Amino acid sequence: MSKILVIAEYIDGVVKKATLTTLDMARQLADKKGADIDIAVLGSNIGGVASALTGYGAGTIYVADHAELEHALAPTWAKVIADIAEEAGADVIAASASTLGKDILPRVAARLEAGMASDVVAVVDTDDGPGFRRPMWAGALLADVVIDTDTWVVTARGSAFDAAPATGGESTIESFAAEPGLGASRTRFVKFDGTKSDRPTLDEADIVVAGGRGLKSADGFAQAVEPLADAVGGAIGASRAAVDDGFCPNDYQIGQTGKVVAPQLYFAVAISGAIQHLAGMKNSKVIVAINTRDDEPINKVADYSLVGDAFTVIPELCEKIAALKAAG
Amino acid sequence: MKILVTAKRVTDPNAKLVIDDDGSWIDDDVEYILNPFCENAVEAALQIASDNDAETIAIGIGDEEVQRYIRQGALARGVDRGIHVDAEEQELDSDLIAKILKAVVEREEPDMVLLGKQAVDGDSNQVGQLLAEMLGWPQATFASEVKVEGAEAIVTREVDGGLETLAVTLPAVITADLRLNDPRYASLAGIMKAKKKPLEELELDDLELDDEEPKVRVVKLHEPAGRSAGVVVADVDELLQKLTTEARVL
Ligand SMILES: Cc1cc2nc3c(=O)[nH]c(=O)nc-3n(C[C@H](O)[C@H](O)[C@H](O)COP(=O)(O)OP(=O)(O)OC[C@H]3O[C@@H](n4cnc5c(N)ncnc54)[C@H](O)[C@@H]3O)c2cc1C
Repeated sequence: MSKILVIAEYIDGVVKKATLTTLDMARQLADKKGADIDIAVLGSNIGGVASALTGYGAGTIYVADHAELEHALAPTWAKVIADIAEEAGADVIAASASTLGKDILPRVAARLEAGMASDVVAVVDTDDGPGFRRPMWAGALLADVVIDTDTWVVTARGSAFDAAPATGGESTIESFAAEPGLGASRTRFVKFDGTKSDRPTLDEADIVVAGGRGLKSADGFAQAVEPLADAVGGAIGASRAAVDDGFCPNDYQIGQTGKVVAPQLYFAVAISGAIQHLAGMKNSKVIVAINTRDDEPINKVADYSLVGDAFTVIPELCEKIAALKAAG
Repeated sequence: MKILVTAKRVTDPNAKLVIDDDGSWIDDDVEYILNPFCENAVEAALQIASDNDAETIAIGIGDEEVQRYIRQGALARGVDRGIHVDAEEQELDSDLIAKILKAVVEREEPDMVLLGKQAVDGDSNQVGQLLAEMLGWPQATFASEVKVEGAEAIVTREVDGGLETLAVTLPAVITADLRLNDPRYASLAGIMKAKKKPLEELELDDLELDDEEPKVRVVKLHEPAGRSAGVVVADVDELLQKLTTEARVL
């Protein structure tokens, strides 16, 4: 029997949507392979995470609760994940293609001598059995890949899957005696500087308002993007140029090398739409371009292009959205 | 101190990619560049080398053509010498690339391996991490700042939710993000000098890999479903009307 081990991600004890989208991918794969699903939760003082995950159809939820796992350091986490995979008899290890998954899962693959497919957007049938579809060349082409080793390692792109719904049923919670080996890892956690925001996070938001270099400064960025994000209850994103120029924090970046999002509604404000940016948002349901020009690459993918100076049209847009809301 | 840095060749991001009927990539007439993330890795190697009096070695894997990118992308910028491993790139996966690098690390015994965090063709983002695990070394991926302090590298990493700082004891693997630095241009003198710098050629056989089979295989490439351009709206009112009644997303 095939077994898929899904690595849970959480923040402040709350399960991240990335875990549920990975579970969705795992379920699709489980249907094709006839596999069962287990979940692994790693960390320190993480009791609540496992109980929040019962009811998603996993047989066993392994909890590796150990002081040396407090920070997701790649060598220690990879070792413990590989150890759990062995105990569970897992032949597929899956995680989100978040920065955590990208950092750690290749090490798991190396430990288990497994082939790895990164950032998959679909589970597909190929002539050689179940495989994965993944973007290459910033999404200019999609590749269907198969893994030829007995054990597979996969990271799933969050925006390409739905959050798995709870299906009820019980999972057995099993505590796992982890041996992270922090000393041998020669890795020391120094600090984490988190981006503070009361707005929804980019990967969980239904609406994203992203700003680009055309906003000219950090002040301009805040002046244009924040009121609109607040008016629609959206998350804030940015082009690489806006991040490079210091308009906003690094983890706002959307694109080939930043986050990949597919919200219901995406506002591209003063963003030209370079291929690397489109790679991170072109699967959004509805795209609105707000730009002084109408002939930029972004206009070729936008459902609606509003041509105008962001600094004049956005205040008007916010005002009218507020009026709409007030009218109910 | 010794630093090994990767110089991978990738197709120009603006190149039109062509696939044939059975879904294989046709690589005729495509323009190549040095992987942008490798440019950051090369720059970091040079900066660390000048602060720590280190030797720098650039490695490229692929056919003969790859030598151009080692010379122009790395040696001309100031890297001391190059290594070219002759291999058919399309027959390698991330695992085999990491195995080749591991074999070279065992010959050269560097204190640090710097790589781009991903190559903009395959976009897999695996090789540095695979290599670190194969070597049993610590890693610091997606670096936006690297400082060497004594026996450690202090690395700031761009991660979801903010910036993480790690200290890794050397030898270690570090992968570069784009904000790590602004890669220098090669000077004319640098380009001239690069022509005479040593560039060692290795065959795969020289490296005695225990396994030369890729683990992951591309069975088919295809074009993503296109998105057609929508409409230009006249004003804010029309936009709102479209969003509320046509698209129903507000
Ligand atoms: C390896 C690599 C990886 C990359 N990864 C990413 C990535 O992940 N994400 C990413 O975004 N980019 C990425 N890039 C960069 C990308 O190529 C572009 O340079 C970048 O996306 C441009 O950002 P921009 O659209 O904000 O700026 P620009 O291209 O300068 O566009 C600014 C736009 O603002 C408009 N404008 C100006 N003033 C106004 C105004 N007052 N009101 C309205 N509109 C106005 C202009 O008409 C223009 O369309 C990457 C590049 C490389 C080489």
